[in-house]
Amino acid sequence: MEYILIFIAAVFVNNIVLSQFLGICPFLGVSQKIGTAAGMGAAVTFVLSLATIVTFLVQKYVLDAFGLGFMQTITFILIIASLVQMLEIVLKKVSPALYQALGVYLPLITTNCCVLGVAILVIQKEYNLLQALVYAISTAIGFALALVIFAGIREQLSMTHVPEGMKGTPVALITAGLLAMAFMGFSGIV
Amino acid sequence: MSNIKILLNGIIRENPIFVLLLGMCPTLGTTSSAINGMGMGLATTFVLSCTNMVISALKNLIPNAVRIPCYVVIIATFVTPLQMCMEAFLPSLYQSLGLFIPLIVVNCIVLGRAEAFAGKNGVIPSGFDGLGIGLGFTLALTLLGAIRELLGTGKIFGLSCMPEEYGSLIFVLAPGAFIALGFLIAIINKIRKV
Repeated sequence: MEYILIFIAAVFVNNIVLSQFLGICPFLGVSQKIGTAAGMGAAVTFVLSLATIVTFLVQKYVLDAFGLGFMQTITFILIIASLVQMLEIVLKKVSPALYQALGVYLPLITTNCCVLGVAILVIQKEYNLLQALVYAISTAIGFALALVIFAGIREQLSMTHVPEGMKGTPVALITAGLLAMAFMGFSGIV
Repeated sequence: MSNIKILLNGIIRENPIFVLLLGMCPTLGTTSSAINGMGMGLATTFVLSCTNMVISALKNLIPNAVRIPCYVVIIATFVTPLQMCMEAFLPSLYQSLGLFIPLIVVNCIVLGRAEAFAGKNGVIPSGFDGLGIGLGFTLALTLLGAIRELLGTGKIFGLSCMPEEYGSLIFVLAPGAFIALGFLIAIINKIRKV
């Protein structure tokens, strides 16, 4: 039950993009087509779960154990960067098909703030390892969900007539605002 | 190009939010009031100017192939003490900005300027570029924060400007951030075309 609550809270109530404002750059950048949006969502889910487990273990057994808590930011960002790089190399060898599908999105994920954000949030919320994993996966699913819905709306939007000054980013931001409003309807269910 | 020109270029012609459209996460996440937006902007300005100068000074020592990890480490080196100082001296601001202070590390503006400007130019111009872009960012965040605070609660910087019941809370919450920024960018697009 506890894990279901974490799941619902992370996917709908505190959606990472629409209510916590993390990962806005890929949200605006790779949401032109549903296909690419789904690819990005899958890549983020993969990296986010892996990165959260590794950073969680490093925090517990290295940083906390030796009293190096102040090194958190610098350690986490290095772990995420090297993890993404390693993942790219391993995927290329082990599963070329998956590499083909996720390849272009992987390097972009290092600077995706939702990965570092979730790694830090999990420590702040004082979750245990299993809770942290559930939280990371649910957050990533929430990200993918928001991205795919938004891409679907933008595909429709590209065929409509938009006033000159509003074209591109402004209308996308306002659409995102309406989507965020829709997600606000979930608040209070957990 | 003189240093003053570099400074103004960052504030107006290459404003990171309104023109380059970089660093959207802190822009939307920290502008629930004008003072929060300004605090976030100044914190980023500090990191931006320092990292730009250090990276520019070390540009001949950093091998080209591993420059991105090196830049990230330099940026994180400045973010950590900033975080500690804010926690000690500005605890209430630190509380309201929360997660976004450590996330300056992955702010695309900082890495973007390191890559686009500091890696190619001298120490002094790089410092001015960082300061200019940082002030442009601060200006944008303060403006957006002030608009959201005014529409949401009827105040600017905590000073009452109109009766509170005219404000609609939605502008302080998440959807208002997207909508306010969307209209602001549309207006600025319109002004720049004319």
